[in-house]
Amino acid sequence: MQKVYSNADEALDGLLKDGMLIAAGGFGLCGIPELLIDAIVKSGVKDLTVASNNAGVDGFGLGKLLDTKQIKKMMSSYVGENAEFMRQYLSGELELEFNPQGTLAERMRAGGAGIPGFYTKTGVGTQIAEGKEVKEFDGEDYILERGIFADLSIVKAWKADDTGNLVFRKTARNFNPPAAMCGRVCVVEVEEIVPRGSLDPDHIHLPGIYVHRIIQGEHEKRIEQRTTRKKETA
Amino acid sequence: MAGEMKGWDRNQMAARAAQELEDGMYVNLGIGIPTLVANYVGDKDITLQSENGMLGMGPFPFEGEEDPDLINAGKQTITELARTSYFDSAMSFGMIRGGKIAAAILGAMEVAENGDLANWMIPGKLVKGMGGAMDLVAGVGRVIVVMDHTNKAGESKLLKQCSLPLTGKGVVNRIITNLGVLDVVPGGLKIVETADGVSEGDLRAATEATIVG
Repeated sequence: MQKVYSNADEALDGLLKDGMLIAAGGFGLCGIPELLIDAIVKSGVKDLTVASNNAGVDGFGLGKLLDTKQIKKMMSSYVGENAEFMRQYLSGELELEFNPQGTLAERMRAGGAGIPGFYTKTGVGTQIAEGKEVKEFDGEDYILERGIFADLSIVKAWKADDTGNLVFRKTARNFNPPAAMCGRVCVVEVEEIVPRGSLDPDHIHLPGIYVHRIIQGEHEKRIEQRTTRKKETA
Repeated sequence: MAGEMKGWDRNQMAARAAQELEDGMYVNLGIGIPTLVANYVGDKDITLQSENGMLGMGPFPFEGEEDPDLINAGKQTITELARTSYFDSAMSFGMIRGGKIAAAILGAMEVAENGDLANWMIPGKLVKGMGGAMDLVAGVGRVIVVMDHTNKAGESKLLKQCSLPLTGKGVVNRIITNLGVLDVVPGGLKIVETADGVSEGDLRAATEATIVG
């Protein structure tokens, strides 16, 4: 069982198909699989449906796949940071399915856990509930949401061992574990592949059973909203 | 009319909202005025949740100490505290939906007298998405809205019925505006207090929603 690949192109070899559903980790530009996105751009695969909380920014992250028009449909909760996205959406070139953020995360988690649907009170009585089954439990209404079963998961973690055990760093964890879980195949990019045995088994965030291919690489890790405070002078 | 009244400014609204928080609460603050609430919690032991996957959110970093792996739900760089924990988005919204977060303080475009909240889209304008707002209002213990009482045209944003698409139905508990504090109760809104220099008559005159009691 060899999970470690030398680069993103090799790690994706044989996995990409026009029209496939890809689940991507990341929140904004934090913890996004930037190397795998670049490789998907290069591959030219098209008509993709991408489940990802956000759609990157112009020219970075998933924004690159929008620039090349390889994405047919986005499943997201917030897409406000991307002019090209808005242009394609308003002109009808791009489909958009809004999901409340927690519903999107749970749909991924559920798919990965073999759960095809679940009831949630999020969105009851709103546009999100239109066309969805409503069921009452103990006097309260809930709507039915479907688990996501993706063809491919693309994920960013901090460290991995060669068996795919993953450790994430700070808020870069976000959607990466649920996105990893819901894919039939999961490819992960990390900042460092460490020797087997060097990660504390009690500190693994996602066990290697969810991970099929791993690459290590340099990450740009762009900051979307750099916000600071002044040091108080003594 | 609005020009005659004093009322609260943004910081005073945030300070009033901070009074809603009790020692030991886990709280989620929205973007805008709600973010300022953190400046007014004083000695109270409050843990801030950031729904992208963090409890125990600290202040903005000093220049040069920004970490791209450490951001809040508004995508801004932040810092961690001694009590901080990190988790994934599914667990984050599990604690929100599961009612573990005591309160959310959010902004709004419109609130109706039955507690309906609209704060995510204006039809015909650029639609950015609801983010985590629908999950928060459906799941947290108490929803406190901080908003201007009227729009730029001077029209009430506290309505009999929302005209904009809803974020949640019957979800708002308390509304803090520049003119005062109102609770959502059976039959309409109840005045809890008025802002400095604002009379109850002023508040009623500026409100379209039914005021009871």
